[in-house]
Amino acid sequence: MSKFGKKKKGLPAVNTAALPDIVFMLLFFFMVTTTMRETDLLIEPPKLPNASEVKKLEHKSLVSTIYVGKVKPEDRAKYGAGDKIQLNDKLANVSDVANFIYGEQEKHNPEEIPYMTTSIKSDVRCGVGTIHDIREELREINALKISYSTRKGDLTANLK
Amino acid sequence: MARKELPEINAGSMADIAFLLLIFFLVTTTMDVDSGISRKLSEKPPENFDPPVVKMKNIFEININRNDQLLVEDEEMEIKDIKQATIDFLDNGGGIGKIVDNIPGTKCDYCNGERSDSSSDHPNKAIISVQSDRGTSYGMYITVQNELLAAYTELRNRYAKTHIKGKYAGMSYEELLLLDDKDNDQLKAVIKKIKNAYPQIISDAEPTK
Repeated sequence: MSKFGKKKKGLPAVNTAALPDIVFMLLFFFMVTTTMRETDLLIEPPKLPNASEVKKLEHKSLVSTIYVGKVKPEDRAKYGAGDKIQLNDKLANVSDVANFIYGEQEKHNPEEIPYMTTSIKSDVRCGVGTIHDIREELREINALKISYSTRKGDLTANLK
Repeated sequence: MARKELPEINAGSMADIAFLLLIFFLVTTTMDVDSGISRKLSEKPPENFDPPVVKMKNIFEININRNDQLLVEDEEMEIKDIKQATIDFLDNGGGIGKIVDNIPGTKCDYCNGERSDSSSDHPNKAIISVQSDRGTSYGMYITVQNELLAAYTELRNRYAKTHIKGKYAGMSYEELLLLDDKDNDQLKAVIKKIKNAYPQIISDAEPTK
């Protein structure tokens, strides 16, 4: 039974010299493909509708985003279960949209303002009523370029 | 003078540092899409503005009720049929187009429609009006908008393929848009011509309560 007593010969250590290279590669991949998270969502992350005729939004800095959706289940008691609008980091009313857009416009040069786009990120289950209210508010202040944020994909998924 | 050899820097923790950075980026960034259906809202009309009179036959009326059912020109319709119905309406070409730059309107010589008297006169006169209910789901609304845009794209593609001569002959409208050549005036003019042939006139009516 001397076999058991034999001292086990250690395997040579795996060479990890290339590990930093691999990790850096991953790091650069994520740095290039992702964008910074700008707002913490107070509403449930909206399930965006699918569409086939999508257009890419160009100049990201000229886009102001309005989120529409229901609040998270734990906050329902506080805010109610209806459709809510989120501007920056706060839940807001339709009447706050104008101020929000003015605030966004102030950050840019006056000549850039006509190119500013408002992106509406709304959940598929929301009602059109809220969207219409926002649209009217935007017309009121002459912020006419809008984009309904969608993913490219199968249309039948919108109707569930 | 003999130089003292520098000791090699230990790079063993390089991987840890890189991992730390990687995890930081994973947490703080998102991969969200930034694409969507772009629309230009109509300007708010000035006070006591008389809306121009539009013939009923030039309006394509779409109603969506709160149960997400469609009523197109007073007939119930399935979502899959709406694209073809829109194309038929836009491409009808039954009359004379509207006056552009003081040039009197002409007949639509590129339309392939039935030229029926009860449908639109000319693509530049054809208006699509979408009326939804406040309770209509956003998903349904976007689906309808998407179908309408798909109808316009199909007509524009056809026009581009058959009526554009010269350098860009034989290309569809979508292919022309993908040519990323922002400063090319010739391309811009071609795209503008196609857009003017089938201008997008979609209006959102006040939703029903």
